[in-house]
Amino acid sequence: MTATTLDRLPRRASELQLLVVAVLLAMAAYAAVSLAHDERVDGAVLKYGAGLAVLFGLAHLAVRRLAPAADPVLLPLAAALNGLGLAMVRRLDLAAMDTARARGVDAPSALAPRQLLWTAVGTALFVAVLALVRDHRTLDRYRYTAMAAGLALLLLPALPVIGTEINGARIWIRVGSLQFQPAEVAKLCLIVFLASYLVAKREVLSLASRRVAGLNVPRARDLGPVLLAWGASLLVLVREKDLGSSLLFFGLFVVMLYIATERTSWLLIGLGLFSAGTLVAYTLFGHVRERVETWLHPFADAADNGFQLTQALFGMATGGIIGTGLGRGRPDAVPEAETDFIFASLGEELGLVGVVAVLAVFTLIVARGVRVGLGVRDDFGKLLAGGLAFAVALQVFVVVGGVTRLIPLTGVTLPFVSYGGSSLVANYALIALLLRVSDAGRVREASPVVPTGAELTGEMTQVLGR
Amino acid sequence: MNAALRRVAVAALVLFGLLFANVHYVQVLAADRLRHDDRNSRLLAESYAKERGVIVVGTGAIASSVETKDRLKYLRVYAGGRDAGLAASYAPITGYYSLVYGDSGLEDSYDGILSGEDSRLFVRRVTDLITGRQSKGGLIRLTVDPQVQAVAQRALGNRRGAVVALDPRTGAILAMVTSPSYDPNLLASHNPAKIRDAYRRLVDDPARPLRNRATQEVYPPGSTFKIITAAAALESGMQPESLVPCPRELKLPLTRDTVIRNFGGASCEAPQVPLLAAFQKSRNTSFGSLGLSLGGERLREQAERFGFNAEPDFPLPLDRSVVPEGLNQPQSAQSAIGQFDVRATPLQMAMVAAAVANRGTVMRPYVVSSVEAPDLKVLEKAEPERFGDRPAVSERTAAALVAMMEAAVGPGGTGTAAAIPGVRVAGKTGTAQRGEGQLAHAWFVGFAPADAPRIAVAVLIEAGGGVPDATGGRVAAPVAGEVLRAGLAGR
Repeated sequence: MTATTLDRLPRRASELQLLVVAVLLAMAAYAAVSLAHDERVDGAVLKYGAGLAVLFGLAHLAVRRLAPAADPVLLPLAAALNGLGLAMVRRLDLAAMDTARARGVDAPSALAPRQLLWTAVGTALFVAVLALVRDHRTLDRYRYTAMAAGLALLLLPALPVIGTEINGARIWIRVGSLQFQPAEVAKLCLIVFLASYLVAKREVLSLASRRVAGLNVPRARDLGPVLLAWGASLLVLVREKDLGSSLLFFGLFVVMLYIATERTSWLLIGLGLFSAGTLVAYTLFGHVRERVETWLHPFADAADNGFQLTQALFGMATGGIIGTGLGRGRPDAVPEAETDFIFASLGEELGLVGVVAVLAVFTLIVARGVRVGLGVRDDFGKLLAGGLAFAVALQVFVVVGGVTRLIPLTGVTLPFVSYGGSSLVANYALIALLLRVSDAGRVREASPVVPTGAELTGEMTQVLGR
Repeated sequence: MNAALRRVAVAALVLFGLLFANVHYVQVLAADRLRHDDRNSRLLAESYAKERGVIVVGTGAIASSVETKDRLKYLRVYAGGRDAGLAASYAPITGYYSLVYGDSGLEDSYDGILSGEDSRLFVRRVTDLITGRQSKGGLIRLTVDPQVQAVAQRALGNRRGAVVALDPRTGAILAMVTSPSYDPNLLASHNPAKIRDAYRRLVDDPARPLRNRATQEVYPPGSTFKIITAAAALESGMQPESLVPCPRELKLPLTRDTVIRNFGGASCEAPQVPLLAAFQKSRNTSFGSLGLSLGGERLREQAERFGFNAEPDFPLPLDRSVVPEGLNQPQSAQSAIGQFDVRATPLQMAMVAAAVANRGTVMRPYVVSSVEAPDLKVLEKAEPERFGDRPAVSERTAAALVAMMEAAVGPGGTGTAAAIPGVRVAGKTGTAQRGEGQLAHAWFVGFAPADAPRIAVAVLIEAGGGVPDATGGRVAAPVAGEVLRAGLAGR
């Protein structure tokens, strides 16, 4: 066990150091915001810093205790994004207050304290996931529970009474005064289900096939689940008008299918179904056509449908390379600046330099997530980690691509940065799952108890040599 | 599974690569174009955060910025925001500075200086940045004489029309009044709803108060165009004493029965009268026949030397004054008395009078005398410039025209109402007929003193100010007289 002990402590120490950097970064951003607004640093920066330090400190202690060999970078990366997002939400609060004062109306309630509260809930869930899921393989047993929960959550907003339509998308449920976007949690449930289901069926899905035109085409009956997923995501698209989630789920499904089977034919079938689905949606539904139209010609309708996108582009262009500086731009000119469009707010005030850094952090999260998948021994763990990592990548691509007009705009949140409880909480759970799998991979690869193959020995040497 | 996982990781990397490339495109490659898009409200907000430079007339500021407690820090005010009439009087020159509708007038054409973005203010901007001094816009000083402007405004009253006064020696604009005008303070407020409301009312107003009638509207110049016809005749070798035909009716060739008659159907003293007398009495038949003998090309060429068919470099929007090409004989006859498709702005007709006053040389009109940094250091001083590469007429012709125009204001002339006791005034009236049942436009152009001119003026009153039998001599000449007197008093 010497390898494990040697390995464990530096990892957790690095995590702690990186977390300190993340909190300092968050405080610096918060201080810059208050400095730009009031020409002095608000004392609240200490309160926020202390709050974050306590939350991340507890999360760190939980990792130390519950997943001591886990990846040391993922939590600090998430914390840094969370802190930066918090500063930006605070910055937009100040702008909203100023606007309200200028118009002589009551200021809307501040979002930053709520976001801090959601951070607390998120880290609590993070700890809970680590505590409850002591071995990720136990999740494998809840295959159909996860599926049922995922589908239910996904389709919940489509129901009458609790389903609520906001800004044209029916992706919210409302219970009392609480609003929740269940798709974010559904994402995790469905990744768990898919990882479990696909690992169980991978033999069948990858081997039972016929060759047609040089391609291995699966048997018709094996197409069933694929078509089911396709149907579900179309339903989400049509009934809830949630293009983002629809795209996300289907993409995730196809990619996980590919990882499980290593068959390119699945990718092509997925791509074909996706194209057919979008084509049908484009012809049948006005709101889809409208999105595409806005994407192609945002400036033709800059005062109306294209307003949000054009203002976001103007904002980012005004920010240029180094940005206007935190608190010194006008990100509030963009509707939804604190949620789906927070990336444009960052682009305006932190410039190209800032958003490149933010994208780099996401790239690192995805890269570390993939490494977790590569490092773990069991197939379920591999597919779970790969799915979680790709979910982050795809979500970032969909929202950032949409905001910067690379692809049509679909409303999804930027993980950890956007304002919103559901997103924040679900993504902390996602990181917890990745850490759980990572810890398993580390413990097993470093442990000499089960050295069964040459490959393992090789990896062990690698670890020790570090 | 690892191989597939690695390939997916590469795919994710490619997606991120696209994002990196795209943010680079938006924030660097396309940034300049996007940033300066008119619909980018940020630049406007930024420009409101800084004290915009003042527009100075005489010794006071007609446009200035005052600090407010608003989110948009500075409010643009005209005439201090207190005197709507005064603000409206200068509105055709200053224009407006609006949150919703952008800017117009000098606010637009001198935006670089006023906002402080001009490259000549660059060093100052940098030092402001370093020293932390609040950055300010530069200042522009107008050539307008506040006294002359006020008199012109009062004399025109609420009749629709325009008055332009120039210093004939330099081209400096001493007064520019259009009526009705508007209060630019209404469009410069910080309340978009109020701005939209005010703007809609101005746009819907049939009197079109947003149009500067002095420069943006063209009118048939009527008999004031006879100055140009006379100039062409004199340049062709005629003398003021040369006899010209003066029939009761001038039948136009190539037409069935189109005739030119004198004003009110009056007949001449003799079948042939001296050019000077024909000018003094504004005989249409004489000038019609001069048009026939000179031909359309000669008329057009002469008019172009006074500035027609061209757009002089001027900081306010100008409509082009026109003498069409390819005039046939009857059209030349009608053009010679300022009818047919001949059109001129009041500014153009003021330039014609000023050119005669300035011994035949047209000066380029200008309204900004100097551009200064916030510390009043002069960045640019207007130098009087000739308009065109040669004089409109020779000194000899100019002298003859002065004599004829003096006669037109003197006893027996049509413009006696512009006369000033003890001052030799030169001028020409115009009563531009329009379609059947429409009231004629009343014109007067002139200058004083005739022997050493210091001010030239053009007055246009649309539809004679609503008076049924109004003529240029009766309606426009008195306004011109007052403006000329004001100009001489202060100068």
